Amino acid sequence: MSRHAPTTRAELMSRDVAPLPTNAPAQPFPEAARISLADVQLRRNMGKVTTTIRAKRAKAVAEMPDWEALREAGRAIKDRTLRHLDHYLIQLEQAVTRAGGKVHWAADAAEANRIIAGLVQSHQTKEVVKIKSLTTDELGLNEALREIGVEAFETDLAELIIQLAGERSSHILVPAIHKNRAEIRALFRRRLADTENLTDEPKALAAAARAHLRKKFLSAKVAISGANFGVAETGSICIVESEGNGRMCLTLPRVLISVMGIEKVIPSWRDLEVYLQLLPRSSTAERMNPYTSIWTGASAPGDGPEEFHLVLLDNGRTKVLADSFGRQALQCIRCSACLNVCPVYERTGGHAYNSVYPGPIGAILTPQLVGVHNAGSLPYASSLCGACYDACPVKINIPQVLVHLRGKVVEHKRESLSGRLAPEALAMKTLGKVFTSPKRFERFQKLGRLGQRLKIHNGMIESLPGQLGGWTAVRDVYPVAPETFREWWLRRSESKTSPNREGQS
Amino acid sequence: MSANSAREAVFGKIRSALKDVPKSEQPDDVAVDRSYLTASDESRPELIRQFIERVEEYRAKVRTTSPDDLPRVIAESCADNGIRSLVVPADLPDGWAPTDLTLLREPGLSIDQLEQAGGALTACAVGIAQTGTVVLDAGPGQGRRAITLLPDHHLCVIFEDQIVGLVPEAIARLHDAASRPDRPITFISGPSATSDIELNRVEGVHGPRRLEVIVVASSA
Repeated sequence: MSRHAPTTRAELMSRDVAPLPTNAPAQPFPEAARISLADVQLRRNMGKVTTTIRAKRAKAVAEMPDWEALREAGRAIKDRTLRHLDHYLIQLEQAVTRAGGKVHWAADAAEANRIIAGLVQSHQTKEVVKIKSLTTDELGLNEALREIGVEAFETDLAELIIQLAGERSSHILVPAIHKNRAEIRALFRRRLADTENLTDEPKALAAAARAHLRKKFLSAKVAISGANFGVAETGSICIVESEGNGRMCLTLPRVLISVMGIEKVIPSWRDLEVYLQLLPRSSTAERMNPYTSIWTGASAPGDGPEEFHLVLLDNGRTKVLADSFGRQALQCIRCSACLNVCPVYERTGGHAYNSVYPGPIGAILTPQLVGVHNAGSLPYASSLCGACYDACPVKINIPQVLVHLRGKVVEHKRESLSGRLAPEALAMKTLGKVFTSPKRFERFQKLGRLGQRLKIHNGMIESLPGQLGGWTAVRDVYPVAPETFREWWLRRSESKTSPNREGQS
Repeated sequence: MSANSAREAVFGKIRSALKDVPKSEQPDDVAVDRSYLTASDESRPELIRQFIERVEEYRAKVRTTSPDDLPRVIAESCADNGIRSLVVPADLPDGWAPTDLTLLREPGLSIDQLEQAGGALTACAVGIAQTGTVVLDAGPGQGRRAITLLPDHHLCVIFEDQIVGLVPEAIARLHDAASRPDRPITFISGPSATSDIELNRVEGVHGPRRLEVIVVASSA
């Protein structure tokens, strides 16, 4: 854990920074964003990939005549699930148990890590293989396992890249999106065996990863995964992937531990028909991702793990559930479409959010998971343009939830002493006084007109003095007009009463 | 916290978080509008054409044949791909297995044997035209999951009447397998791939680097 806030790009990307959700407040978004924006290579990489994926997604979606109906169904099924979450979790637990799986419950990250560490230790192994999972990132699971002497090998290519680089993820779907092929080649040559002649062709880089991980797949006793969906009706767990590393982990080791946020349950088998259409087109912009694995309980002998553990995780999710408006953030199926269309994310990249969940969805999910006092800057990391809402396959109204959370941030500040004494609050208080009295308001305008003369550039005021400076830190303001509406009105009614005006009418 | 108390704590928090939901509301009271398409209205020939086209768009190879000619096409495919040892499930339909190569028949093949095999030959459960997907569900002629994962080449046979139009039609067909631990389901859409490097699609990471699908015409 870092002791000071990151000041360089390398520090910002580093795994030494524990991303939210944690119990400590994160570096404010504007500060972190400034560091990212200064990295020209990053901005070039991000601009290129987000443009590419946006065009691809638009094409994949345009092909579907019933896309809007699917989105609506995707939203409604999740709404039904969340409003009756206890009902469906009991059903899921029963179905998984019936099928020979073991269900564990974890109220927070520490408890989940303890459960998983205990399971791994009971199998006397020093190595586990992992399928990419945001939920385990949220737990800091790899770090927790290292403390008990167990090494977790990330097997997704992008996860492997950032693990080797000692960096954090910057995107939900493609965690190493901030790195280009030349950077990856240099990293592999430094960290992987037999890579002296490695080129920067993506094909060659993928082959190097295949060779590196093959032995791990074949020897690992325990695999750890997340879960895209858990079907309450049948107890089936579903994992959606591309590379086949998921299939390797789900098929070869003797023990499988899957960690699933409680909101990932869906009611019926049939509901998968909606999400298996929405997810691939929204995330990788494909008609279907290469591999989707679905299994129910412990596998039959010889066909996969004979021991299956499902760890159901709260870790703040019930806090999100308690806000009947903000709750919709739990509908998220982690497709990352909102990241790719976001004008803010496109420029800053994922690290600036300091959160396991970056981008627009992170800006509404993270502050709710950890409380606005720990992530108060994230609801402001948006221009409220609404592109994320249009792209969301389950119709999460991200802009509205952002505004709702901004309200909560202000409320929280109002309740604390430091918040009440903050420059912004004092300035608002002063303005409040000014606006309640017409006399004061007029005097203030006249004063402003005198004071602003030297401050106007290109017709705008770019910085206000003193406590008002907070307002202009991120925006310009119009100067007070040479004649205000009230002054004009007064002049007009005075001249109306004059004789020559009367004569005209 | 003991295992049981963690469970109770989570349920306690869920119930207090959902105070706004009326006690009388049942799960099915929350309406789900399923006005999306659940069946394709395309003709059979058009569906089969679309299935082939979309499987090929993933850079998988497709061959078409008749039931009588299937054994010859399987042998031809193995020869074209230089496959000298072929993994087959224990219940591979009679007559499918080529004779001029080493046949590795399940059950009981070791991981090493699977790793070193030139390819694997299986049937499948259902195909989806809309997405160019074949689905395996450990049903007849499909074997366990590892045999279509470790060999570098997967040769999959599908009969025309196994091809459906849309994803919902396939999900309906898979319902029975879904509730059984001995019937894991795998959707396969093209060969193993990644888009992790600059979003370029690269075929062949950890799964089979080549997928070939043989579409067998329904016997007229």
